Amino acid sequence: MATQESRIKVSHEGDLICVQFLDRNILDESSIQQIGDEIGQLIDEATNPKLLISFEQVEHLSSAALGTLITINNKSKQKGGQLRLTLIDPQIHEVFVITKLDQLFQIYKTAEEAIASFT
Amino acid sequence: MAGMGQSHHKKMVMESRLAIVAQVQNAVGEALAECGHDDDACFGVRLALDEALANAIYHGNGGDPAKHVTVVYQITPEKVELTICDEGRGFQPSRVPDPTLPQNLRKPNGRGIMLMKAYMSSVQYNDDGNCVTLVMGPDRLVAGESL
Repeated sequence: MATQESRIKVSHEGDLICVQFLDRNILDESSIQQIGDEIGQLIDEATNPKLLISFEQVEHLSSAALGTLITINNKSKQKGGQLRLTLIDPQIHEVFVITKLDQLFQIYKTAEEAIASFT
Repeated sequence: MAGMGQSHHKKMVMESRLAIVAQVQNAVGEALAECGHDDDACFGVRLALDEALANAIYHGNGGDPAKHVTVVYQITPEKVELTICDEGRGFQPSRVPDPTLPQNLRKPNGRGIMLMKAYMSSVQYNDDGNCVTLVMGPDRLVAGESL
């Protein structure tokens, strides 16, 4: 059975799991589902997941992508984990502000600031 | 000046499949560019259109590829108008809960209409709730202004 190509790039910095999206446009449902499944698996495999998600490549995302991020956030918290978002383009950040999800997620302008915020 | 006097009008009737989103976005994106609309306008239209198409495909048509989505757009340097229709029974937009309320913030769904309204000048549904017209007008457009 052919395996799907990953939609994320994963690296580790100490005990941090660093995730970067490979897609510039996170709009279609199938890609979003796959992203959710891949990050969900990372959370499942960690004891107290410390997850840093970078939006450096992202130019567009849909409300379905926001929904997946919420699901990831909920899943991480259930395991006593932490989630940070970083390197979000101003236009994309505006989407978080409009939906008030900037109040739900911990968002940092730089990866360095985000990394320093983990406890 | 590029963009001045340009007008794009097209009707697209497509099977209700995920693949149509890229097709519609490419056509609308080209029209927006030829009319000289700036990056902010293009971002907003793209987001609103994506939400409307997703709603039509998944909610309106229930993911049934035997049904159709109809998109009609009229794009000029002064105005962007998009109408997206599905073949579903429709719904009542007024019954969609406010996703920004604290009790709804952690719910993964229900933000599409809100985002359409945030980025477009107007979002109007027909009486049945299976057609939505998105308009971006002079209050949000700068196309045609001298650079």
